[in-house]
Amino acid sequence: MELSGGEILIQFLKDQGVEMVFGYPGGAVLHIYDAIYGQTDVQHILVRHEQAATHAADAYARVTGKPGVVLVTSGPGATNAVTGIATAHLDSIPMVIITGQVSTAFIGSDAFQEVDAVGITRPCVKHNFLVKDVHDLAVTLKKAFYIASSGRPGPVVVDIPKDITDPAIKIPYEYPKTCHMRSYNPVTKGHPGQIKKAVDLILSAKRPMIYTGGGVVLSEASEELREFTRLLNYPITSTLMGLGAYPGTDRQFLGMLGMHGTYEANMGMHECDVLIAIGARFDDRVTGKLDLFCPAAKIIHIDIDPASISKTVKVDIPIVGDVKNVLQEMNALLQGSQRPDSDQLEKWWLQIQEWRAKDCLAYDRHSNLIKPQYVLEQLYEKTQGEAYVTSDVGQHQMWAAQFYKFDSPRRWVNSGGLGTMGFGLPAAMGAQLAKRDEMVVCVTGEASIQMCIQELSTCLQYGLPIKIINLNNRYMGMVRQWQELSYEGRYSMSYMDALPDFVKLAESYGHVGMYIDKPENVSAALDEALQMKNRLVFMDFITDQTENVYPMIQSGKGHHDMLLSSDRELA
Amino acid sequence: MRHIISILLENESGALSRVAGLFSARNYNIDSLTVAPTEDPSLSRMTIVTRGSDEVIEQITKQLNKLVDVIRLQELTEGQHVERELLLIKLLAEGNDREEYKRLTEIFRGKIIDVTDMTFIVELTGTGDKLDAFLRAVEGKNILEVVRSGTTGIARGARRLEV
Repeated sequence: MELSGGEILIQFLKDQGVEMVFGYPGGAVLHIYDAIYGQTDVQHILVRHEQAATHAADAYARVTGKPGVVLVTSGPGATNAVTGIATAHLDSIPMVIITGQVSTAFIGSDAFQEVDAVGITRPCVKHNFLVKDVHDLAVTLKKAFYIASSGRPGPVVVDIPKDITDPAIKIPYEYPKTCHMRSYNPVTKGHPGQIKKAVDLILSAKRPMIYTGGGVVLSEASEELREFTRLLNYPITSTLMGLGAYPGTDRQFLGMLGMHGTYEANMGMHECDVLIAIGARFDDRVTGKLDLFCPAAKIIHIDIDPASISKTVKVDIPIVGDVKNVLQEMNALLQGSQRPDSDQLEKWWLQIQEWRAKDCLAYDRHSNLIKPQYVLEQLYEKTQGEAYVTSDVGQHQMWAAQFYKFDSPRRWVNSGGLGTMGFGLPAAMGAQLAKRDEMVVCVTGEASIQMCIQELSTCLQYGLPIKIINLNNRYMGMVRQWQELSYEGRYSMSYMDALPDFVKLAESYGHVGMYIDKPENVSAALDEALQMKNRLVFMDFITDQTENVYPMIQSGKGHHDMLLSSDRELA
Repeated sequence: MRHIISILLENESGALSRVAGLFSARNYNIDSLTVAPTEDPSLSRMTIVTRGSDEVIEQITKQLNKLVDVIRLQELTEGQHVERELLLIKLLAEGNDREEYKRLTEIFRGKIIDVTDMTFIVELTGTGDKLDAFLRAVEGKNILEVVRSGTTGIARGARRLEV
């Protein structure tokens, strides 16, 4: 088969099993867009801004487990995509981003719409390529997909100069079924000796704690984690990124840990004697002050990325390997072992129940203002925990993580590592396109949503019935909260004047808008919106401006040093 | 602590900038960096001299290993090794200084590789310490230009860095 570079790209994507590409055309990719024209194998989703293309592809990857694919032009197309690439990089999401480039003869000449895309993206990709010869195109793409989705996943950029896709130059094409790279061979199997040592330590624990992260989701190890945790009857907590890998409604689950984690999870971390970290990377939002982190614990760390091990917290038993494989091995060993000390474990659970009794997520249920927590609790009940929930970044994100209990993985989609405002709406598009028949909800705030609001237009074009929960407190809530707690209430630039009328805005984009400003109307409004199966509904909830996210570990504090909402009332 | 890390990597455009970028992005030190293709032109060998605590060096080696272009690396300072650096120095050499610099060059087992009526160029290889000592030995005001290659090295005995 003789094909041009542009045709090779599209044929390759089809052969690779890619169903959907998120993109935006421009000069350097016109040959590719011409190859897209008239074919139906690979669906192209036209966004309104390249940042949204990357977030949508990222969310598509998060909910399906398959790499998300982006196609943008050179110059501003590539730079607009950078925020989304960095977002995927910090959360280890598999993506392949194809950027157009000026023709090879013009590279380096400051040509129109030229940027050094490989240079600009280098620090925020797993790897990147510049294709200099059309004969290398197919195999480079194969490598990109392989690197993106193996080992610790991540985004890979393939920069393609315009002449490489020239329709006049046709070459033989064959789909490269495999690729080999001598410099890239990620470890998958854990070291048996280390696994045995870890299991011995796990069984000797008196106050054990399981701490899991996004790696469990990425490795599809949810089943293995459930078996592991239930076999041991140990308490388990999760990072923001790992929510859903273990059922949020299960008795053994203590909720999220970290800066806005639950009292019981954080106290459990502080007091535990053996910490079992699984597919988590000891992020600063999780650990709090490093000197005070798990002071009494021996630490086991299972991670596919050797560089994640002992990066910030020194661990006692590192196991490099794919979480799924390692947990399978551990479960096999545990099956044949006896739990040594159930009395000690009993005592530990009693202590945990005591912490739980603090009811750290309690909020004022009698307010005459809408409490954001209440909206999310209602949303959780009405969707029975089965929605795909995307979020933006800020207070609403933390409340969603605290109040929406995820029982399955890949349902909670948020920018955990980079904390990218503007992520929520395009992410909801990617999730909805991947799961056409499922309920997709975007939890956002009036500041975040405006960072990618233009995508309401994309939602109309593709008929995406996303439900947007806008928790509108007229503040950049998390910024305001920090200013209240650490800057004596000097609310510098955290208040946004001149907000749009979101109802009219939604309507002008062809969607349904709802305005809800009374607590007693929340439930009915949600019912009404959720029943509109075929329409995007923008719900503008006017919430209590002063509400803060609790518990909170302020920076420089340890897990045991939490600010609770009750402390605030006393103060 | 000073460490020498030898890296075997794909001889591809951009590979050097990935390594250099990693050091700046993660706030690691580079004292020196040398790189050139090996007997196999598809491979480059790089030698980096860096400083840091054991934890930092461990992170550096892990992060380097994580780069897709890096095939293998070795910390030379972990075992017996040989390290060398090349110094080229242009000296103002007039009058009595000419004899003095000839003598110094012999003592340090260097070579004078260019002579004019006013200048010498001296070539010297050795460890960084030896080159430092030579620089101290010649008078500062007569040094016209100095160029050093940065350290390169190889493990002694059977220890090898190979694909």
